[in-house]
Amino acid sequence: MTVYLDNAASTPPAPEVLTAVTHVMTELYANPSSAHGLGAAAARALEQARAQVAALLRAQPAEIVFTCGGTEANALGVLGAAALARGRHVVVSAIEHPAVLRSAESLVGKGWQLDKVAPAPDGRVTVDAVLACLRPDTAVVAVMLANNEIGTLQPVAEIGRALRAAGRRLHFHVDAVQFAGLISLDVATLGADSLAISGHKLHGPKGTGALWLRKGARVAPLWDGGRQENGLRSGTENLPGWVGLGRAADLCRQNPQAGAAVAAQRDRLESLIVEAIPQATTTVPASTPRAPHIASIRLPVLPAEPLLHALEARGVYASAGAACSTRSHGPSHVLAAIGVREQDAVLRFSLSRLTTESDVTLAARALREAVDEIADVVKHRPRGARP
Amino acid sequence: MTTILCRYGELFLKGGNRHVFLRALANNVRAAVRDLPEAKVSVPHGRVVVCVADQARAEACSRLERVFGLVSISPTSNVPADIDAICAAAVAEAQAAIERDPALRRSFKIEPHRSDKRFPMESHEIACRAGNAVSEATGIPVDVHNPALRVGIEIAPQATNVFAERRPAPGGLPAGVSGRAILLLSGGIDSPVAGWLAAKRGLAQEALTFHSPPFTGEKAKDKVIALARELSRWQAVSTLWIAGFTESQKRLRAAGRPELAVVLYRRMMVRVADLLCDRAHCGAIVTGENLGQVASQTLTNMHNIEAAGRHIILRPLLTYDKVETTALARRIGTYDISALPFEDCCSLFVPAHPATAARLSDVERAEATLDVAKEAADIAEQAERIEL
Repeated sequence: MTVYLDNAASTPPAPEVLTAVTHVMTELYANPSSAHGLGAAAARALEQARAQVAALLRAQPAEIVFTCGGTEANALGVLGAAALARGRHVVVSAIEHPAVLRSAESLVGKGWQLDKVAPAPDGRVTVDAVLACLRPDTAVVAVMLANNEIGTLQPVAEIGRALRAAGRRLHFHVDAVQFAGLISLDVATLGADSLAISGHKLHGPKGTGALWLRKGARVAPLWDGGRQENGLRSGTENLPGWVGLGRAADLCRQNPQAGAAVAAQRDRLESLIVEAIPQATTTVPASTPRAPHIASIRLPVLPAEPLLHALEARGVYASAGAACSTRSHGPSHVLAAIGVREQDAVLRFSLSRLTTESDVTLAARALREAVDEIADVVKHRPRGARP
Repeated sequence: MTTILCRYGELFLKGGNRHVFLRALANNVRAAVRDLPEAKVSVPHGRVVVCVADQARAEACSRLERVFGLVSISPTSNVPADIDAICAAAVAEAQAAIERDPALRRSFKIEPHRSDKRFPMESHEIACRAGNAVSEATGIPVDVHNPALRVGIEIAPQATNVFAERRPAPGGLPAGVSGRAILLLSGGIDSPVAGWLAAKRGLAQEALTFHSPPFTGEKAKDKVIALARELSRWQAVSTLWIAGFTESQKRLRAAGRPELAVVLYRRMMVRVADLLCDRAHCGAIVTGENLGQVASQTLTNMHNIEAAGRHIILRPLLTYDKVETTALARRIGTYDISALPFEDCCSLFVPAHPATAARLSDVERAEATLDVAKEAADIAEQAERIEL
C-alpha cells in the first residue's frame, strides 16, 4: 500500500502527460526552429503548449516563457529584472523558497541591498510590512503566492495593488510554484510583472517550468545563445517536456473544482489527526488562508525524521517541513521565521487531486501509530540519571 | 597498448615470505584491472607490469593508484628496441611531463636500465643519446645529481619502455596478506578511515553496519553502502553486512541505568561482529574508536566493550586527532559521503551523559536480564548481505 502525500515535493505525472511526452519523443523529434515541415509541426506543438499554459493562468500565450523548472523561472524573474534595473534595492519575504531567496542574496554581492520581510506568526507577510521596506531605489520585490513548507497564502494581489497605487515603477515577481494547479489564478489581476510555475508540481514532467511575463514588463535573459523563447531563454526547446507541461496545465484547467475537493480532504486529514493525537496542532491556525493541498502538522518535542521513517514503514510518504531542506543542515528558515521551536517536529502532508478519502484515513491512523512508537522511545530517553 | 610499470617497496623486506606477498600483490593488481580491455599482468623481477588497451590507460592508472603494496606507478610509452625510437619517446614523455608541471623545467636526468644485454649500446651511451635529444628539444639543462625531471628508459627482453611520470601509490601491504577482519562501519567520518588504514596493513575486511529503522532511514543505509563501495575501490572491503538493531537497542536501553546504554549497545555490536568473524573466517574486529574522543571511548569502556567479545579489537585511529582523521578521510574520498546529513545511529538512543567509566559488574548485571547471546545470534542470522 502506498499513500503518497508528498505532492508539494513532486506529483506523479498524469497518464495523459505521459502519452503526450511519449508522442513528442517518438514523432515530433525535429527542432522547432528548423525550416522544414517536421520543424513546423514541432513548432505548432510548442505553441499549443504555450497556449495551454497561458489559458490556465488566464494570460496571453505571448506572455509565457518556458524554462527548465521553477527555479529557472524564479531566477529569470528576479535576476532578469534586476539586470535591467536602475535601483539597487530588492525586497523579498523571509519565507521565500531558496530559488528566490538565494537569487536575491546573490545580488548583494553585486552592490545591491536586500531587505527580507518577516512574516507574522500566522506565516503571512502583510502588505504594510512590504510597503514599509520600500525605498526610492527599490527595483525588485518578490513575494511567493503559497509557501512550500506551511502552505500559507501570501496577499500577493493586495501587495501588487498597493505597489501600483503607490505609483512604484519596480518589478514585482511572484513565485507561484505551489499554486500546484489547484488555485485559480488570473494573473492580470495580481498587479505582478512576472510569475513562476513548475511542471512537476501539477502532474507534469520534471525539468519543466514557465515564467509568465506581463506584456510590457522586461527581463534580461540569464544567458545568450540561439535566442529561443523570444530571446529570453536560449537553448533548443524541451519540446517533450513543455508539451507535457501544456497537457498538465490543460488537465488542471479542466478540473476547476479540484482545489475545493483537495481542500476538503486536507481539512479532513487535519481534523482526524488533531482528534487522534492530543498534542498535535496545525502549524498555523486552520483559519489562515492556505494553499488547498498542504497540511502542516506540529508535534511538540518529537524528532521529525524518525516519525517520517515510521510513517514510511506504514506506507505513508510525507516530508518534514519541506523535502528540499532535509538535505541541508540546520532548521528550516520558514519554521524559524514563524517561531517553531527546533525540538518540535513539523510534518508536511501534501495532497493532490488524486488523493482519496481512504488515503486520508490511512495517513491519520499511520501518524497516530508512528507518534506512539516514537514517543515511547522519547519518553524513555536515557538522560543520565546521576546529577 | 599501454604499459604501466608498478613498483613495490616494503615487500622486499619480507625475506622468506616475499613470494607470498608478491603473489598477493599480483592477484590484487589483477583484480583491480581485470575488467579493462586487453588487461594483462606480469611479474618480472622487481616489478609488476600491467598492460591495457590505450583507451583504458587513465582508468587503469586511477585504479592502480589505489592498490596497497604499490609505492608508485609509471604509465609508459612502449617502443621498439631501437635507439632513435627510444630518443623520440624520451622527448615526447619529457614534453608531456613539463606540460603537466612546468616546475620540472629546472633540470633533468636520463635513467636507463638495460636488462636485455643484446641491445647494442651500453647504458651510459643510451643516456648520452637520449639526453642530447631531450635537451635539444626542450632546452632543459641536465643535472645528474639533483634532477627535477627523471626520464626512465627500460630495455628488457620482452619490451622497451620510456616514461617520465611517477604517480604515488598508497604503499603498505597487499590487502589480504595480514588476514581477514570485520570492520564496524558507521556513516561517520572515522570508521571508513579506520578500515582504510587496516587495509593498508594488509587486512582484507567485511564491513558490518547497524541499522535502526525507523530511527534511521533508507538514505542513512544508502550512505553506509556508498562508504563501503568507496572502500571497496581500495580493495579494503569486499562485503557489507547490514544488521537490524532496533528491537535489541530498545531492550538494552531498558535493561540498565541510562548512562550504561552506549556500553551496552557497543558490547552487543561486538558480539554480533564476533559471530560474523566465525562465519567469514575473520581473526579480528576493526573499529574507528579513538582514545578519549567521546565520553564512551575511555580506557575503562574500551576494556568493557572488548570483554564482550572473543576476537581482538583493532583501533587504527586510537591516537589520531580529529583533524588528522578528517584530512585522511578527504584524501581517500570518504569525507564527502560521511558529511551527508542523514543520521547513522539515532541520537535518541544515546544518553545525555554516558558513563565514562562503567563498572563491568553493573554492565553484566544489566545484560543478565536479557539473553544477549541469543539476541546477538538472531541479529547476525538476519543480517542482510551486500556484495560490493
